[in-house]
Amino acid sequence: MTSFTAARMRRRLAENLTAYGFLCAALVCFATFSWYPIVRGVLLSFQQVDFVNSPTWVGLDNFRRLFADPLFGVAWRNTLLFTGLALVLGFAVPFLVAVVLNELRHATAYFRLVVYLPVMLPPVVVALLWKWFYNPGPGLFNTLLHLVGLPGLSWLDSTSTSMLSLVLVATWANMGTATLIYLAALQTVPPDLYEAAELDGAGVWQRLRHVTIPHTRFVLMILLLLQVVATMQVFTEPYVMTGGGPQDSTVTVLLLLYRYAFVYNDFGTASALSLLLFLVLGIFSAVYFRLTRRSG
Amino acid sequence: MTTSARRATARSGRPERPGRTLVSAAQWRSRRGRIAYPVILALALLAFTVAFVLPLAWVAVGAMKSPQELATVPPSVLPSTWHPDTYGTAWQYMDLAKYFLNTLVVAVGAWAVQLAVQVPAAYALSALRPKLGNVILGLMAVTLMLPAAAVLVPTYLTITDVPLVHVNLVNTPSAIWFPAAANAFNIYLLKRFFDQLPADLLEAARIDGAGPVRTMWSIVLPLSRPILAVVSIFAVVAAWKDFIWPLLVFPDPARQTLSVALQRFAPDTPINLLLAGLVLASVPMVGVFLVFQRQILAGLTTGGVKG
Repeated sequence: MTSFTAARMRRRLAENLTAYGFLCAALVCFATFSWYPIVRGVLLSFQQVDFVNSPTWVGLDNFRRLFADPLFGVAWRNTLLFTGLALVLGFAVPFLVAVVLNELRHATAYFRLVVYLPVMLPPVVVALLWKWFYNPGPGLFNTLLHLVGLPGLSWLDSTSTSMLSLVLVATWANMGTATLIYLAALQTVPPDLYEAAELDGAGVWQRLRHVTIPHTRFVLMILLLLQVVATMQVFTEPYVMTGGGPQDSTVTVLLLLYRYAFVYNDFGTASALSLLLFLVLGIFSAVYFRLTRRSG
Repeated sequence: MTTSARRATARSGRPERPGRTLVSAAQWRSRRGRIAYPVILALALLAFTVAFVLPLAWVAVGAMKSPQELATVPPSVLPSTWHPDTYGTAWQYMDLAKYFLNTLVVAVGAWAVQLAVQVPAAYALSALRPKLGNVILGLMAVTLMLPAAAVLVPTYLTITDVPLVHVNLVNTPSAIWFPAAANAFNIYLLKRFFDQLPADLLEAARIDGAGPVRTMWSIVLPLSRPILAVVSIFAVVAAWKDFIWPLLVFPDPARQTLSVALQRFAPDTPINLLLAGLVLASVPMVGVFLVFQRQILAGLTTGGVKG
């Protein structure tokens, strides 16, 4: 009896050892490059760090320095503006595009191909291309505007249009993903519901409001959250296209974070800013996570 | 297409398929529908072509204009004299071969390391179910909730001095490979797929005396080709597209990836050469897309909704 349990325990132990053998590489990677940095990031927020001296505890000094920086408020305002504009464009447009595409029965492969094409391009390439398109002189966009008789814009060179210009790039580059996900979701709407609504005398708009949107609400919600989390971390477009200008009108939170860490080498303050960003985005991530978990 | 469907198409101009959408087939067949459908289709074709194809064609052709012609207002539609050799000049001028190779090493390495780390981990969590397996899965899930930007600084500091071994990974591709392997989303995708494989099959392999390594290699992996394709493509595409992380970990210009090098070159490279460089840098991913279109578009919805 005892030898039997002992043998079983030995076997169980051997099985666990094998399993951990399979897991060990992942555990090392997660521990080193994910779990440890998370903890360290929180600690760093309350420390002064440079490459020469060992870190010292400075309490809330990093946060005080941030709040005293006039760019801190500017960066958050700009980031919220970017996220807000990106929601208006990047959230509504792909959905409407998907609704129209779902009706069309010709060239479906072509539509799917070209709308997703920009998603495959490296974001730096897209940013540099659009910078050229935005050139007020020989640029493509003003040329097109002149072609239809409209005056040109100064795009990236004016504080009033710089952020909108960045949003347009980001929307163009990323809308393929959302469009195709919506398209897949639209195909799951049961046809009977449309039939029933139609029998009740619902027109196209009413059907869209009362059948299509409620039925794709889950996907819409998820993409909304993902988009907020992604756009609040916008970096490549302002870094490559404007460097934060003109007059700090495109300095985003991440651009400010980059400057603190890699221009001023003030890793403590940069971490404090990361922590704030995490607290804000953590709420959205948590909601996203709950929603996806529930759906299985 | 059945005969009746073909007849319906002839009447409405819109082919009929089973399963209706927002607007019913009858509505499309109505007089208004018969006029509206070709108009909407034409407008959509025009809009999509102008929005997504024209800009890319504009660059690919624009790169073949001379720098003087590129500066004229309004711009010419087609080059007055074609300079296709600009592409070759750009390749030499920016030493693109070096940066392509760097990016290739980063992307292929990230792919190989990710599969080597994530597949066994997902297999262990799915089939071997060790003690504390759920705790580990939960701890991995926590990292999913974390925005990448929030751990940028501490991860960077970790790269400059890896704990215990005290190596500085800056300017080495490892700085990309190993952090990429800590991707909970891929492990989830793989685990979920492995969970759905028939348990009898794994049990039969065990009874036949196959150990866990053999079972994973000869039974699980061949059955998991679709999910392996999705994870592989996303690993390579993500590595090719990434910017902020390579920007931080490759301060040495000779080690940089294409994206990082191109934005460094941008301010003082003649515009025609820069445009040619941008086109060349896009070719591999566009090629991957054209070849693996089906897998990529299917993969979009496989991963729940995370692109």
